[in-house]
Amino acid sequence: MSQSYNRGLVEDFGRWKEFSAGMWAWIFHKFTGWVLIGYLFTHIAVLSTSIGGAQGETTMVGGEELNVYTATLQGLEGLFLIRLLEVGLLAVAVFHILNGLRLLMVDLGVGLEAQDKSFYASLVLTGAITVASVPTFLTGVTI
Amino acid sequence: MSTQQAEPESQEAPEDPAMKGAESPAADEQTGGGMVDDHAEKRAELEGETVHIKVFRYDPEVEGKQEPRFDDFHVPFEKGMTVLDAVMYARDEYDSSLTFRHSCRQAVCGSDAFFVNGKQRLGCKTQISDLEQPVRIEPLPHQEVVKDLVVDMDHFYDQMHTVEPYFQDEDTPATEDLEEQRQTPENREKIKMSSRCIWCGACMSSCNIAAGDNEYLGPAAINKAYKFAMDDREDEQIKEHRLRILEQEHGVWRCQTQFSCTEVCPKDIPLTEHIQELKREAVKKNLKFW
Repeated sequence: MSQSYNRGLVEDFGRWKEFSAGMWAWIFHKFTGWVLIGYLFTHIAVLSTSIGGAQGETTMVGGEELNVYTATLQGLEGLFLIRLLEVGLLAVAVFHILNGLRLLMVDLGVGLEAQDKSFYASLVLTGAITVASVPTFLTGVTI
Repeated sequence: MSTQQAEPESQEAPEDPAMKGAESPAADEQTGGGMVDDHAEKRAELEGETVHIKVFRYDPEVEGKQEPRFDDFHVPFEKGMTVLDAVMYARDEYDSSLTFRHSCRQAVCGSDAFFVNGKQRLGCKTQISDLEQPVRIEPLPHQEVVKDLVVDMDHFYDQMHTVEPYFQDEDTPATEDLEEQRQTPENREKIKMSSRCIWCGACMSSCNIAAGDNEYLGPAAINKAYKFAMDDREDEQIKEHRLRILEQEHGVWRCQTQFSCTEVCPKDIPLTEHIQELKREAVKKNLKFW
């Protein structure tokens, strides 16, 4: 439905304050989906160092000779930023899973009248799991 | 939020010399010519309670009104006043050029769906006392504006007709054998909500997918198809024919369950639920176990 002139922010993301639960669920689901796809590539990149690792490739880290795979993982896990991103990744994955279950229910026609409540429940549960994961993810790392 | 603010001179429309038909309430009092609703005005004077509405104005045919703007009106409040009552008062008392569709005033005809405070609502079904002031009244988004609050509904009607919204029977008996076609109470109950549609277009206007995909049938049309597809009195072949229309690329599968349509429907039709049910029907039809 085309517009005869530009009505400005009436009909785009500028209306975010007026979005309802179902709309937010859709936006978050898309966003987390794309983040997970993006993560998949970095995941593959990191894991691919195990090919060299299995063939006995080594690298020098701080005057010590380490297996290339071990060195990569230890190097990454030693970074505070990476630990933080892992917490974020968990949040994204948990939300995507929970909202995915919600969408499954919606597809099966179960509890559609409570779809907003199940979205809020997904959010709360995601928040709780993320907070609970912080001690695990952020131990033994210096800023 | 609002992109066009009313210019100072366009506030209280009567001051605008371009608006020939406009009369200000103050002028009315001076000349004693307040014929239309003296009573309401007097009461407003007594109670001093007015509602502030900001109405979207646009008229491509009049020079000086081609730039969209918002006009402010202060309408005397009456208990039970709806958004439609308020714009009608503004039109009758302040600016007769203010244009909008309305007819039955009781949420049956479906002519007065507006975009009120950022949500698609039926003007006649929305109590103005429930809304935050100033009440921003705009034409339905995602449809071309013809004038002021009037939008072009052609595309919406086209989509409605695409789903063949009429009862079909392949072997209609000869005229002398025609008899009442009865529906079971259970089946009637199943399609009850879907039959409440008043073609107001609020759902279509709220749908993010319909906004970006002109070919998408949209919630209203799919709901209309649901009414007939779920009707037991139609033959199985006709139901299949209906599902063939619905399962196409721009049919039911465009729905991303944002629930915007269900949220705004003034007749409380569970639109998303109906679309989802038709998705399942479409899958069932195509699933083969052999």
